[in-house]
Amino acid sequence: MPVNMIVCCKQVPDPEAPPAVFKVVNNKIALPPDIKPVIGQYEEFALEAALKIKDTVGGKITVLSLGNNFVRDVIKKALAVGADELVLLEDKAFEDGDSWATANALAMAIKKIGAYDIIFCGRQSSDWDAGQVGLGIAEILGIPAVTLARKVGVTDGKARVERVIPDGYQVVEVTLPALITITSGLGALRYPTLKGIMAAGKKQPVIWKPADIGLEPSQVGVAGRRSKLDKLFQPVKEAKCEIIKGETPAEAGANLAVRLREAKLL
Amino acid sequence: MAEYKGILVCGELTDGKLASITTELLGCGRKLADDLKEDLSCLLASDAVGVASREAIAFGSDKVYAVEHSALKEYQADSYMQVAGKLVKEISPRVILIGQTSVGRDMAPRLACILGTSLTTDCLNLSIDSGTKLLMQTRPVYGGNAQAVFTSELMPQVVTVRTKAMSPLERDDSRKGEVIPTKINIDTSKVRTKILETVKEEEAGIKLEDAPVIVCGGRGIGGPQPFQAILKELADLLHGAVGASRPPADNGWVPEGLHIGLTGKIVAPDIYIAIAISGASQHTAGCSGSKHIIAINKDPEANIFREAAFGVVGKYEEVVPAFTSKLKELLAG
Repeated sequence: MPVNMIVCCKQVPDPEAPPAVFKVVNNKIALPPDIKPVIGQYEEFALEAALKIKDTVGGKITVLSLGNNFVRDVIKKALAVGADELVLLEDKAFEDGDSWATANALAMAIKKIGAYDIIFCGRQSSDWDAGQVGLGIAEILGIPAVTLARKVGVTDGKARVERVIPDGYQVVEVTLPALITITSGLGALRYPTLKGIMAAGKKQPVIWKPADIGLEPSQVGVAGRRSKLDKLFQPVKEAKCEIIKGETPAEAGANLAVRLREAKLL
Repeated sequence: MAEYKGILVCGELTDGKLASITTELLGCGRKLADDLKEDLSCLLASDAVGVASREAIAFGSDKVYAVEHSALKEYQADSYMQVAGKLVKEISPRVILIGQTSVGRDMAPRLACILGTSLTTDCLNLSIDSGTKLLMQTRPVYGGNAQAVFTSELMPQVVTVRTKAMSPLERDDSRKGEVIPTKINIDTSKVRTKILETVKEEEAGIKLEDAPVIVCGGRGIGGPQPFQAILKELADLLHGAVGASRPPADNGWVPEGLHIGLTGKIVAPDIYIAIAISGASQHTAGCSGSKHIIAINKDPEANIFREAAFGVVGKYEEVVPAFTSKLKELLAG
C-alpha cells in the first residue's frame, strides 16, 4: 500500500557554524553572510525516514516548510533527494513565530494538503531547539504521535516505530494517520543524484500565504505567539585554559599527567 | 475564571522511587513557591507510587497527588495525558514544572497544547518577577550559542527543566506534607499506541551518568576502534566511562547511549576528558556542568579550549597513550 507522507522541514542557519560567529544584535541572532542556511539536521533525518518508506512500499512525499526568504537551492534539496512536492508557507507575516504559531500554521496547511498517512518532523529544530512543533501539530489535528523515532516501518495501516529511550529503545505500534518525530540513529540523508537535481530544478514550489491556509496575519508569526521573547543574550565566558606543552605531543601528554597529579585532580 | 495558584511538579519514577530529575524540580519548585507564598505540589502517576509519594514530601512537596493505575506502569502519552490534563484542570496551578527527559519531552508539548497555554522547554534558570509575578524562563537557543528569556501571560505557565540544572533540597524525612490518593479513570480505548517491546542497550561497566570520570571522544577520533582501545584504556585506568559527541553516535562508531550533548545525555562528572572534540555548543550543553574539563585536540582554535581548565594541543593518537602511560606510572607510585 503506497503511503502518503508529509515531511515538515525548516531552513536554519548552519548549526555547525563555529560558536564564535553567533552574535546577538537587537534581540536577534545575527550571522555573517558567509554562514549559509541549511535544512535542519533532524528534518534531514525525517526526510530520509520518509524516503526509506517510499523505497520499500512506495508512496508520495510532500515537503512542507514555513518561513520567509527561502533560499531556493537549500529547500529544493528535498526535491532533489526524492520528495515529490514542495509547499512553502512563505510570507513576512510568518516570521518570528513561536512553537505554537508555527505548529498552528503547519497544521492548517496540512489540512489543506488533505490526505496523509504519516507526518514526519525532526525531534527539534536546529536553531531554537524547542522540540514542540511536531507534537503541537498532532494535538491540533487530533492524531496520535510517537516521538524520538530512529526507525519506522509501515504494515497494514499501522506504523511500527523504534522509539529511543534512555539506555535502549521501545518498539511502538501506532495507528495511522500519525505524526512521528525523528532523532539520530536513522542514518544520514542520502545525496541527491544528478537526475534528481535536474528534476528539482524544473519543479516549482507551491507558495501559500496566511490567507491561503485560512489564517489572518494576526494569527501567525510574531503576532500569533503565545510566549513573549523578553531578552536574547550571550552569557560571558571567561576562557582560562592552561595549555600544557612539550617537545613532542607525547611529551605534552606525559606532562599533562604530571600537572593533573600536581593539581590533585587525578 | 479560575484562580491559578501554586506550583505543580509532574514527577517521574525510576524503579518505584522518585527520579533524580523530580528531586531537582522539587528543589526549584520549593523556591518558586516560597517566593510566591504558595503551595508546592507533585503529581505522581504510575502503577504504585507509595514510596515515591513520601520521598516527594521529604524533598520539599506540600502535597502529593498520588494516582495509581495499572495502565500507568509504562509511560504512554495517551493514558498519561488523561491524568495530567484532568488534574491540572482541577487544581489550576500557576506554574507547571516538567523534566526535560524522554518522558517530559513527549508529554509537555501535548499538555501545553491541551491546556491552550504556552511552553518553554529545556530551561536552565527560573525565577519569579517580583512585579508581574510572572515566571521568567531562561533557556539556551541556537545550540547553546545564546540564551533567551521568555514569559507568558497565559496560565498555567508550563516549562520543562534540563536535568542537573537545579539542585534538590536535602532529603528530610521529618518534613510534613499531605499525600492525596487521587482516582482518575483512564479510558484505555483512547490509547492509540501500543508498546510491543522494551529493549535495554546498556553498556557494561559504570553508567555514564554516575561516572566520576568520563573520557569522551568526538568526530576527530575517526572510527569505532579507538573508543574500544585508546579511550577505554584511559577510562578503565581512572575507573571512569567512555562517552562520545554526536558524530560518533550518528556514524555508528558507538551506541547512541554513549552520546553526550543537547540531544543525548547530560553529565556532570568531576573530570571530563574531551578528546578530538571541537566543542560545538550542542556538545558542551551536555558536559558544561563538569567540575574540570580537560581537552586534547590538534586544533589550537577549537572551541573546547574555551571550556577546558587544562589542555594539550596535539594529535590524540600521540598525546593520549603517553598521557595514559605516564598516569599509570604516577598512580602506581
